[in-house]
Amino acid sequence: MISWFTPALPYGWAYFIATIIDILVIALPVMLAVAMIIYVDRKIWAAMALRRGPNVVGPFGLLQSFADGAKVFLQETIIPAAANRGLFLIAPIITFTVALIAWAVIPFSSFSVVANINVGLLYILAASSLGVYGVILAGWASNSKYPFYSAIRAAAQMVSYEVAIGFVLISVVMWAGSFNLQTIVLAQKGEVLGFINANIFNPLLFPMGIVFLISSMAETSRTPFDLTEAESELVAGYQTEYSSMSFALYWLGEYANVILMCALNATLFWGGWLPPLDLPFLYVIPGTTIGLGLFWLLLKMGICFFVFSWVKATLPRYRYDQLMRLGWKIFLPLSLLFVFLVSGWLMLTRYHPIGA
Amino acid sequence: MIQTLAFYLFAIMVCLSGLLTITARNPVHSVLWLILAFFNAAGLMLLLGAEFIAMLLVIVYVGAVAVLFLFVVMMLDIDFSELRAGVARYAIFGFALAAAMAVEIVVAVGAWEAGPIQTAGRAAPTPDPAAVPNIQALGTLLYTKYLFVFEGAGLVLLVAMIGAIVLTHRNRGGVRKQNIAYQNRRRPQDATRMTNPPVGQGVEL
Repeated sequence: MISWFTPALPYGWAYFIATIIDILVIALPVMLAVAMIIYVDRKIWAAMALRRGPNVVGPFGLLQSFADGAKVFLQETIIPAAANRGLFLIAPIITFTVALIAWAVIPFSSFSVVANINVGLLYILAASSLGVYGVILAGWASNSKYPFYSAIRAAAQMVSYEVAIGFVLISVVMWAGSFNLQTIVLAQKGEVLGFINANIFNPLLFPMGIVFLISSMAETSRTPFDLTEAESELVAGYQTEYSSMSFALYWLGEYANVILMCALNATLFWGGWLPPLDLPFLYVIPGTTIGLGLFWLLLKMGICFFVFSWVKATLPRYRYDQLMRLGWKIFLPLSLLFVFLVSGWLMLTRYHPIGA
Repeated sequence: MIQTLAFYLFAIMVCLSGLLTITARNPVHSVLWLILAFFNAAGLMLLLGAEFIAMLLVIVYVGAVAVLFLFVVMMLDIDFSELRAGVARYAIFGFALAAAMAVEIVVAVGAWEAGPIQTAGRAAPTPDPAAVPNIQALGTLLYTKYLFVFEGAGLVLLVAMIGAIVLTHRNRGGVRKQNIAYQNRRRPQDATRMTNPPVGQGVEL
């Protein structure tokens, strides 16, 4: 892409423009995907509750999200008189931006990743740890009791589950030997029995995969961990005072985060853009050079999202002390134990093999 | 060109948000400006090629420490007039601190300008960032040469953590805690009983 611009521009500016185009190529489909995934979520949820779900706007109700978007866009933005104006407006923007920036390091195929950086996984941790600010600021700036309670819950919840997520990521990183997401994906090639491309079927990483799936639900505040939006206790949580586009930004940011977590689950534990089995005809369409990387990644993300929806449709909400117990008393010791086991196993087999 | 622009952007933002941190009237705004300063400092680290430090700065300071700061500051009920009353008392100390820092900056820049830095005298030479990733370079140093210092730092943190728990933890009596293992073991027959009482007699409880 950079070479398209180098004849006309110096390298620095060519790089700059090429990167901006890359960002648009990723961010616009992500936003479209968010619109569609909201529809899919509602459809799955409806099917599990034996309802029809959205079925009026467009064929099969496919355009429902766009209709909702248009409705929200045309509404008036109400800023409460006692709110802290600047922060009140910045908070949803932070949530939405942070949900988008992490996509920069997700590899979509062997060559397509916006920023193939050494510290890719740390970048994702950094981006996801910023997500909490959108919620805290909304809660504080609204100057209203329920949003504030919600903000405090959200802060404690996200900080708690980040600890467990950190340890899970460390065991994956140790297994792959790199923080670079592309390397982590490639390290999963033939991971189990020489032909299954997925970390999750590795007995040492399987429990970590489950912990990560559950923690990612907690991190994105999805049911059963949606205590920040517990409508029976907190009206609508931190979004109570929001209306119109600022509300829509939370909505979009939340789902963009969910898709991101699905992409991370797929990338770290299910082989990313690699096909499930290490067979040559699964990598490219036979007879052509068209790679299937994006297809496999989207398929894995779709399955992961189905699990998210399924959980949302079936499980009741946790109580706050149960949430904290799960995070600190179960996930933290478990993930710490597996960091120990994985590093011990690697020391015995890879770095200082017995008898070598 | 882009690096220069980015450097000036980050540097100006760090200085500006640092200034606003101490001049902002609302303490929550102060913390937010501080977070912006951390964030831009991370940008400066990236420009230096210290990507690992940059990410750690964001994860640890912005993602965890500042959240707790914000948490505390939001819940404080601060009386501003009382705060201002102390200004005159601390002014002399503040000026002394500022003067000391100014002298230090002058000395540091003077030493920098005095001649080339003696890289040969360093305890561990910096490896080429293109050949060795940041994390590997730091890890090799931390786990070999500085192993004991590193472990010592870990122990200090552990002691601090245990100390904090011991100081704040108190055993309260009369708390009815949920025993989840007990609940999960419980079966319907432990809790319910099928009866077929004759009309008008009720059930034995």
